Amino acid sequence: MKRKLLSALICAALMLQVGATAGAATKASDGVVKIGVLTDMSGTYSDLAGPGALIAVQMAVADFIAKEKPDFKIEVISADHQNKGDIAAIKAREWIDREQVDVIVDLVTTSTALAVMKVAKEKNRITLVSGAASTPITNEQCTDINVHWTYDTYALAVGTGKAVVKQGGKTWFFLTADYAFGKSLEKNTSEVVVKEGGKVLGHVLHPFPAQDFSSFLLQAQASGAQVIGLANAGNDTINAIKQASEFGITPKQSLAGLLMFITDVHSLGLKTTQGMYLTTGFYWDRNDETRAWSKRFFEKKSRQPTMVQAGDYSAVTHYLEAIKAAGTDDTQAVMAKMKATPINDFFAKNGKIRVDGRMVHDMYLAQVKKPEESKYAWDYYNIRQVIPADQAFMPLSESVCPLVKK
Amino acid sequence: MTGIFGISIQGLLGQLLVGLLNGSFYAILSLGLAIIFGLLNIINFAHGAQYMMGAFLAWIGMRYFGVTYWWALLLSPLLVGAFGMLLERSMLKRLYKLDHLYGLLLTFGLALIIEGLFRYRFGISGESYPVTELLEGGKNLGFMFLPKYRVWVVVASLVICFVTWYVIERTKLGSYLRAGTENPQLLQAFGVNVPLMITLTYGYGVALAAFAGVLAAPIFNVNPVMGSNLIIAVFAVVVVGGMGSIMGSIVTGLGLGLIEGIVKSGMIANLLSSTFDSVPVAGSIVYPIKLLFSPEASAVTIFVIMAIVLLVRPAGLFGRER
Repeated sequence: MKRKLLSALICAALMLQVGATAGAATKASDGVVKIGVLTDMSGTYSDLAGPGALIAVQMAVADFIAKEKPDFKIEVISADHQNKGDIAAIKAREWIDREQVDVIVDLVTTSTALAVMKVAKEKNRITLVSGAASTPITNEQCTDINVHWTYDTYALAVGTGKAVVKQGGKTWFFLTADYAFGKSLEKNTSEVVVKEGGKVLGHVLHPFPAQDFSSFLLQAQASGAQVIGLANAGNDTINAIKQASEFGITPKQSLAGLLMFITDVHSLGLKTTQGMYLTTGFYWDRNDETRAWSKRFFEKKSRQPTMVQAGDYSAVTHYLEAIKAAGTDDTQAVMAKMKATPINDFFAKNGKIRVDGRMVHDMYLAQVKKPEESKYAWDYYNIRQVIPADQAFMPLSESVCPLVKK
Repeated sequence: MTGIFGISIQGLLGQLLVGLLNGSFYAILSLGLAIIFGLLNIINFAHGAQYMMGAFLAWIGMRYFGVTYWWALLLSPLLVGAFGMLLERSMLKRLYKLDHLYGLLLTFGLALIIEGLFRYRFGISGESYPVTELLEGGKNLGFMFLPKYRVWVVVASLVICFVTWYVIERTKLGSYLRAGTENPQLLQAFGVNVPLMITLTYGYGVALAAFAGVLAAPIFNVNPVMGSNLIIAVFAVVVVGGMGSIMGSIVTGLGLGLIEGIVKSGMIANLLSSTFDSVPVAGSIVYPIKLLFSPEASAVTIFVIMAIVLLVRPAGLFGRER
């Protein structure tokens, strides 16, 4: 028995050795670059990320292979993290240990993103966060091998918060989803509101996810605030907006959807959402380049892409190009290359990855069109303002990420 | 601000009313579950999915066939009820002699399949169902704006609940049903077609779920998981009321809706902090209770109450010990 065990151990050790030498010989350590798309496949965020995120990543891989004809294989796998941090962390560990996954992408929902970033840092693998929004991802909990690609709560606050205060919405009450993301969004927006000369009258936390918002909306109504800030996302935002109009809260008080995706607007319809401001990192109908890519996405998904899905494509493309340029899939070398190379594609112009992992690019302040302004399917936004990259995101001087040297 | 425990009287009235509105959904859903459990001994975990189907059928009818809200209120429960009877005839009837667990597992599996199919076809963001013209708008009561539609929901659910209770407890047909739960063999010997009666009862329970679904369509976003979000809470209602008790499920549904409304208003948390925060030791002892009854924890209120009730009365408030 003892001898059997010993020989098994020796075998294992030898195999590890072989693996290591083989790694040195080829570009990709095991001949394959494996991309894991870890997202919400069935829950409340599955339309804005989910299967669409997987499609975007598959498109990025297919386009990269067609264009660059790389000498390594690329595989894409996916899993449903059900918006739960523990499930996400277990899956990430399994992927890295058993499936040799090189990079984990999307990570919608802050709690899952933070959990996976921790595992990935420990195992030295890259994470490309597109779905999650909270600023701790590039602040308190930043890592040197993570990139936060598409947007964050700071950018949303700067875009929507500022615009609404400038329109005369001086007093605010927040309806906040009771988890890291909601609180982060509320905090960032409150700061912007106060800085712009507005006042925050109060807030109420609601369970995540929730169906009925009437109780919370009545409290918001009783506060007398001009603006009710919705620091939540997905179905929670949809239901809150729907019920606010039912209880006659709008249009007397106005709603600010601090994080709204095009899928939310599509679901609610323009009649309910017209005139609302929102901040987005991507709009399919912005120029010929975005339209061309979105048209290909639409053919596969029958929906226009959200900024999260477009961001997934952009991030994975940049990652694969960095592997080609670096000539290896070694984590540190690829990340160094990614940070050294500006991002220029349909998603971002002259985007840069900062030392804290924040990818900075222009953001857009959009206003939802009136029903009569909408000329064709998914014609939903007027882009009111381009928020330049250096203003859209939290400046490094304010960052508390330990990697930022001050 | 005048008022009690940091909430104005107006605010409290509003919250109670909203609680009642939600309670009527709980009541009508738990009623269907109670009927099914009482007669079939099946814990119908597909109830949430059937509620969702009701809402979706209403939306599909409106979108593709121009079916109005009122027709949907009739047709959708009929169709979903027929679907339920099909399930009962083809699958559920094989499980009556087995442990409850088998029925629960089968219906849970069915719920997952149904939800999965809808999610595959319609996505998760859901669809908007407009309030019908007749019930649009509302009335300003001074302390709150009461939407007409919500009033209609309460009235419709209470009427349906009362009629159901009356039929089961006060009519001859109802006496057959109750006899069927006590001793089906004997009832069959009297020439009553018990299997047919069971099928129809299941169909009715399912139709109630679909009816609630149509009622909910204009209020909530119609999406494939709308039922699974609600069903766990509804099960807690049934357990608190007493498994299989008709009156229990109705009264408990409304009552728990009210309590949930009060918790959401933050009144209990405010009351606890104003009473105990200044007292040195008691303040920290009460702190976890305060957290449990704060608005952000309102989703667990029902379960806390369920746990307490089960400790004191294991058969539920209206249940009979067997």
